[in-house]
Amino acid sequence: MEPLQLEGSPKTPHVHFDPVTGLLELKGRSIPENSIDFYKPLIDWIDRYARNPAGKTALHVQLEYFNTSSSKCILDVFKKLEPIRAAGSEVSVLWHYEADDEDMLEAGEDYSGIINIPFKMIQIAEVGDE
Amino acid sequence: MSDLLDRIHDLYDELERHRVMLSFKGALSPELITVLLGLVERKLDAMEGDAKARKRVFNVVVECLQNLFHHNGHLRAEGNTVEPTKEPHGVVMIAKNDGGYQVLTGNFMNSGDMDQLKNHLDRINALDQEALREWYRAKLADGTYSAAGGGGLGMIDIARRSGGKLEYAFVPYDKDSAFFSLNVNVNT
Repeated sequence: MEPLQLEGSPKTPHVHFDPVTGLLELKGRSIPENSIDFYKPLIDWIDRYARNPAGKTALHVQLEYFNTSSSKCILDVFKKLEPIRAAGSEVSVLWHYEADDEDMLEAGEDYSGIINIPFKMIQIAEVGDE
Repeated sequence: MSDLLDRIHDLYDELERHRVMLSFKGALSPELITVLLGLVERKLDAMEGDAKARKRVFNVVVECLQNLFHHNGHLRAEGNTVEPTKEPHGVVMIAKNDGGYQVLTGNFMNSGDMDQLKNHLDRINALDQEALREWYRAKLADGTYSAAGGGGLGMIDIARRSGGKLEYAFVPYDKDSAFFSLNVNVNT
């Protein structure tokens, strides 16, 4: 299985999903008008990955901004990880938020309340400018 | 001719007096929205020192512009009538005020959709911050999507980040259409 690699853009995040290490990264900003189009390949990739996942899967989410159009799609990404965990693999979401960004922390807490996967909230100094 | 030239100065004065950061009227496309967001972000970086405030304002601008794009009657006024347009059409103005920032948007819509939007906005305005968060979380979890992918989360998100009530008006235009205006005060 091939890794999924997408460059970030002013409205879409950098994506790097590695099937060998089980390290999945979503970084930057997610504010496209049509999020369903953007997230479909990510969700399809996780579907295929779920058939033969790495022993340990860690999804790092480090977003500076996301719009409401993306919020349901991000939830769908998390939902696709639930069956991997149910099948016995170790799965976690690492939710990164900037120290001053309590809105982003709350958003992570909201997802964590909906999804049956352990979330770890990670405070960082500053997103962006990378 | 001199009247017209005077009006340019009046326009400049007016924009200055109201501390307008961005003003645009016309057809909207995803590409144009990217450009407008880039301008807003640069201005906010220059004038707003508080990172949390900067993010809230930017988020509200994103949602307002994308509402304008997605929930749009595709109509524009021509003289006394409204005509169909290919692209979504609207107006946006972002200004600084003493309490924070103002994000104003306006667009034509079909009169038939007015009641639903009005009920939605009234319901949002009746809720406090904690109730808005609860509603947002419930709508996020329910698994339904709107065509735009948001599932009706946009206005709730705007209200949560603004910290105030959504001010709106519908101006009936003709029997089928109305002009919808929204003023979001982002308190910083």
